[in-house]
Amino acid sequence: MIAIEDVQFRYSEGEFRLTIPRFSVPDGATAALVGPSGSGKTTLLNLVAGILVPNAGHVVVNDLELSAQSDSSRRDFRIRNIGLVFQEFELLDHLNVLDNILLPCRITPCVTLDACHRERAMALADEVGVKDQLRRCVRRLSQGERQRVAVCRALLLRPQLLLCDEPTGNLDPANKSQVLDILFDYVRSSGATLLAVTHDYGLLDRFDETLDAGVVNSTMPLASPASEP
Amino acid sequence: MNDVIYLAWRHLAYHKLKTIVLTASMAAIVYLPLGLNILLNRTAIELRTRATATPLLVGLKGSPTELVLRALYFESDSPEPMAYGQVERIAESELATAIPIHSRFETRYGPIIGTTLEYFQFRELEIADGRQLTMLGECVVGCEAAEAGSLSPGDYVVSSTDNLFDIAGVYPLKMKVVGVLRPSDSPDDRAVFVDVKTAWIIEGLGHGHQDLSRPGAAERVLRKSGDTIVANASVVKYNEITPENVDSFHFHGSQADFPLTAIIAAPKNHKSSVLLQGRFLGDEERVQIVRPAIVIDKLLGTVFSVGRYASAAAVLVALSTLATMALVFVLSLQLRRRELETMAKIGGAPLRIATILGAEIVGVLGLGALLAVLLALATSSFGATAARLLIQLS
Repeated sequence: MIAIEDVQFRYSEGEFRLTIPRFSVPDGATAALVGPSGSGKTTLLNLVAGILVPNAGHVVVNDLELSAQSDSSRRDFRIRNIGLVFQEFELLDHLNVLDNILLPCRITPCVTLDACHRERAMALADEVGVKDQLRRCVRRLSQGERQRVAVCRALLLRPQLLLCDEPTGNLDPANKSQVLDILFDYVRSSGATLLAVTHDYGLLDRFDETLDAGVVNSTMPLASPASEP
Repeated sequence: MNDVIYLAWRHLAYHKLKTIVLTASMAAIVYLPLGLNILLNRTAIELRTRATATPLLVGLKGSPTELVLRALYFESDSPEPMAYGQVERIAESELATAIPIHSRFETRYGPIIGTTLEYFQFRELEIADGRQLTMLGECVVGCEAAEAGSLSPGDYVVSSTDNLFDIAGVYPLKMKVVGVLRPSDSPDDRAVFVDVKTAWIIEGLGHGHQDLSRPGAAERVLRKSGDTIVANASVVKYNEITPENVDSFHFHGSQADFPLTAIIAAPKNHKSSVLLQGRFLGDEERVQIVRPAIVIDKLLGTVFSVGRYASAAAVLVALSTLATMALVFVLSLQLRRRELETMAKIGGAPLRIATILGAEIVGVLGLGALLAVLLALATSSFGATAARLLIQLS
């Protein structure tokens, strides 16, 4: 479950401000976050992920008050409990498909890479149709394949929360549908929560609920949106 | 730690060109001063060994360095010749054994060294194949010269003419190879040794021709007065010395005036050495006596001074290269900002991420240092050969 209360946030530079009196997504729900550019969608996602810390208020994820945790606690919580999917995939070019999927196990001492992780990575790759490309350099994959690899990376440690920042923004309709199917299948089978930022209003039907960031962010000037850093 | 090393390695392996350039730069930083030092030391050892094994050297007054380099290493220009009479002078003093060195001519495969059999004993040179010199016109070749010309006993080498366009100059002499020397890791390996008289024949001081006192030679005789016979130009001069014509070879003039490049003097003891040096000290002396070890030490002093400047320059180059490498790393961090941010976003520990970057740097520095050490070891292994090459080139 995601619960946000009386959160205020502003970047050290710029005029952008985010004020959220109350915001929540229940366990196992799928929520789409929509809104104009600069309304604070990505900032909200980063607050929920514990990447950013609010200046005031509480951010609670799976019963843990993230805003009260130390940096390292938030990192450890994030890698164990939250799967992140980005619009630009954010794969590491110097790693092959398998190594990109296994990356979360290699960059923190709180998870140790073992045979189970490898099996899981290969099973995920099989599920999303990139099993034959495990040793390939990710730069040689198509956009759709790359996003599927990024989804595998996000799902590797069986997260209870999936945060996706425009996961289908760079994909053609066929790949868009395929990536969403993978995400929704995982959520349904694992009971995880999904919060996804999207500009694609055609996809909203697939989500349990739709949240408008322009409404969530009470400081959002509707007439003239500030540019988000 | 395995994960850190693995990720660092993957990054280095993916960016091959950058890794190779940085590794090569690092190797150059370490190797340049190290290799230079090794090479200088090996060169010094090579030069000193030969110089120390040659107690005294006599030659015409002039540059001692030129004299030593020519007489010991068969390098540098041939100094002005001295008279063979000095050999007799040293021998008569009974203070040292005098070994003449005539080093003016060349073959295609190495310098011609005219000397006596004492030289081979003095340098402890052994015949590997064939036999020693016994007759005029024969030669014994060093192992490198033999290899260069694929020479073995029974083959022939021809001395080079001084000047192709000087028809009045020295004529080439065809010499029979009678022996090949065992390798000695010294300049002797690339020399062609002949008896000093053979060297004088090449110089034109001695020659052999048809016997004009025979009855059939009358048509070539222009004038005969006492022992002097003047013949026309149809008299055949020999350009090869064979058992059949060796008796016709003779020298004109006094042997005491015949030219030598230098004389190696091997004194009987320290006292003899001091006494002998004393005899060549006068201002009126036209010859000088030098201790090659001192001459070479002086030369090496200069070389090492230059080497120190070169090392200092190498250190400055190393510092600037290191600064450039640091800049490359910093710029590369800028380019990798997004990649680093991704790792941090998905939960990567800053210390782990920093360690991965550190491992990449250590990897490049380590690979470079390893390469430099391997190069240094190779330089050390082949240092003697490289040093000899360096001496030849200089």
